Amino acid sequence: MKFLTNWRTKISDLNQVIFANINNKDPWSIDSYISSGGYEAWRNILNDQTKPHSAESIIEMIKESGLRGRGGAGFPTGLKWSFMPKNDEQKYIVCNSDESEPGTCHDRDILKYNPHALIEGMAIAGYAIGATVGYNYVRGEFMAECYPQIENALNETYQKGLLGKNIFNTGIDFDLYNFIGAGAYICGEETGLLESLEGKQGKPRFKPPFPANYGLYGQPTTVNNTQTLASVPMIINKGPDWFKSFGTDKSTGTIIFSISGHVNSPGNYELPLGIPFKDLIEYSGGVINKKQLKAVIPGGSSTKVLPAKIIQNCKMDYESLQEVGSSLGTAAVVVIAEGTCMVNLLKRISRFYFAENCGQCTPCREGTGWLYRILDRITEGNGKESDLKLLVDVANRIEGNTICAFGDASAWPVQSFIEHYYEEFEYMINNKGKTKAA
Amino acid sequence: MSLLNQGIKEEIDKWVQKFPQGKQRSAIIASLHSVQHFNQGFLTTELMNEVADYLDLPRIQVFEVASFYSMFNTEPVGRHEISICTNISCMLRGSDEILDHVQKRLSIKAGESTSDGKIFLKNEEECLAACTGAPMLMLDHQYIENLNIKKVDEILDELENKN
Repeated sequence: MKFLTNWRTKISDLNQVIFANINNKDPWSIDSYISSGGYEAWRNILNDQTKPHSAESIIEMIKESGLRGRGGAGFPTGLKWSFMPKNDEQKYIVCNSDESEPGTCHDRDILKYNPHALIEGMAIAGYAIGATVGYNYVRGEFMAECYPQIENALNETYQKGLLGKNIFNTGIDFDLYNFIGAGAYICGEETGLLESLEGKQGKPRFKPPFPANYGLYGQPTTVNNTQTLASVPMIINKGPDWFKSFGTDKSTGTIIFSISGHVNSPGNYELPLGIPFKDLIEYSGGVINKKQLKAVIPGGSSTKVLPAKIIQNCKMDYESLQEVGSSLGTAAVVVIAEGTCMVNLLKRISRFYFAENCGQCTPCREGTGWLYRILDRITEGNGKESDLKLLVDVANRIEGNTICAFGDASAWPVQSFIEHYYEEFEYMINNKGKTKAA
Repeated sequence: MSLLNQGIKEEIDKWVQKFPQGKQRSAIIASLHSVQHFNQGFLTTELMNEVADYLDLPRIQVFEVASFYSMFNTEPVGRHEISICTNISCMLRGSDEILDHVQKRLSIKAGESTSDGKIFLKNEEECLAACTGAPMLMLDHQYIENLNIKKVDEILDELENKN
C-alpha cells in the first residue's frame, strides 16, 4: 500500500476477521479455507455439543463479542439470536445477501472471495438458534458472478460431509440452500426478503410479529446480513475477547468500509470500528485531484450527509456517527469533493427511493414521487421559493409513518442535504437552475 | 404442446426441491429467470402461464412476481442487455457521460432496444453493488467496472461482432 502517508493506523489492523484469509491462494476454495483454520469452529461443535459448544454458550459468546448487524441497523446479533423460541418447531436461518444500499459492495466480495466463511457462519447460527434449514438470499444481479461462486462453495461443503442430515452421525441436521432474487431494493428489508423468498412481491410485513416468532412460511426465523454471519466463525474460534480487542467499547470488532466516490483508491477496507475518518480516507488514497473534501455520506445513501468540517474530526463507529446526527449504516462511505452540486446529487438519491418504493404505504409511495418531482423542477430551473419548505414538509410526513424503514431512508437524505446545503438549493431556485456548487 | 423444454423443466424441478413440500411458490422467481433466459431476455403471457401451470399455482401469482421485480421484462427487448449504473457512487465518477455516450452511439434512449433487436439498454439502472469499481455497467449479467468512454466503445465494438 504505497500510497499511505502520514500513517496513524497500523497496517496490521487491516483484514483481521472477515478477510483474514483473503491473500491466500484461491481463498474461495474449501481446501484453502480449511488450511487457514476454516470449519474448525463448526467441527468443534460437531465433536461436542456440551459447554462451551452448547447452543446457549454459542449465543452467549456472540452476545459477549458485541457483534452487531452489519446490514445497516446495527442490532446486537447475539440478542437477536436469543429471541428465537426454544421449542421443537421448524426454524430457519436466512442470510440477507440482497446487497443493494447505494454505495455498498462488501457482501459481493465476501460471496466472491470468502464464501465458506458465510457458509460456516450460517451453520453455526443455525445450530445456535435451533434451525435445521438455512437459505442464503442472493440479489438477482449477482446471478453470473457471485451466485456460481457461493453455489460451488456450498457443493464443496456438502462433499466434505460438513452439511446435511445427521452430519458425521452427530444427530445434527443442517441443510443450506442458495436463493436468487430478481432486482428489488426493498427485498433487503428483512420481512420483504421473507415475502420474496416465499415467491411473492417483496412487500415488507407489519411488525410485530417479528420474524423470530413468525418468519419464513410462518415459522420462527432469524435473518442476518452476509457480513454479520461471515464474522461468526472467527469469533467462535478465537473468542469474544479477541474480537473485542478491535474497535471501541460499544462498537466492537472490525467492519468492511466500502469507500467510493471522489477518492484515489476506492475499495473495500476491513478495519477496526472507531477508526478516525482521517485515517480511513488515507487508506483510500485521499480525495482525487488534490481537491478539498466537501461532504461524506457515511453509511450508504439512506444515512444523513455530513459536511467535511463535521466528518473530518469524527470516528467511524455506531456511537460517534450517531452523536453527529448521522449513522454508520452499512459503512458505505461515499466521498464527495468540492465542486459537486448537492442539489443534483440529492435529486439522484430521491429518484432511487421513488423508483424502488414497494407501493404499499401511501406516505412513501406518494411522498417519494413528490420529493423527486420537486427536486427535478428545481434542477430544471422551475423551482419556487416555497419548494424548500415543501420538500422538508413532505419528508417529515413520510418519516415514521410507514410499515418499514424505507420511508425514513427516503426522508433523511432530503432533510440533511437541505439542512447543510440550504444556500445551494436557494441559489439554484433563484437563478433558474444554475448551480452554486463550491 | 408445452413451451417449456425438458431442460427448463429439470431446472424448475431442481429449484422446487430446495423448498418444503407444498411451498413450490418459492420457485417462481428462479423459474422465471430460466424461462426468460431461454426466451432471449423477456417473458410472454404464454410462458408465464406455462410456469404457473407447471408449478400448479394460480397464474396471477406468477404475473405479480414478474411485474414486481426489475430484472423481468414483460415486453420484447433486444437480445443483449446493457445496464449502466447511474446511482451516486457511479454518478460521482462520471456515469452520466457514459450513459449519454452509449445512448448517442446506439441512437436509443435508456429503456429502449436497437431497431435490429440486438441491444437493450435497460432503463437507467439503480445501484448494482460495485461502487468501488465505479463507473460500471452490466452486460448480459457480467459486471464490467472502472469504465471510461474508450472502454465502453471497445465493449460496444465487440458486441457489434456478436450475434
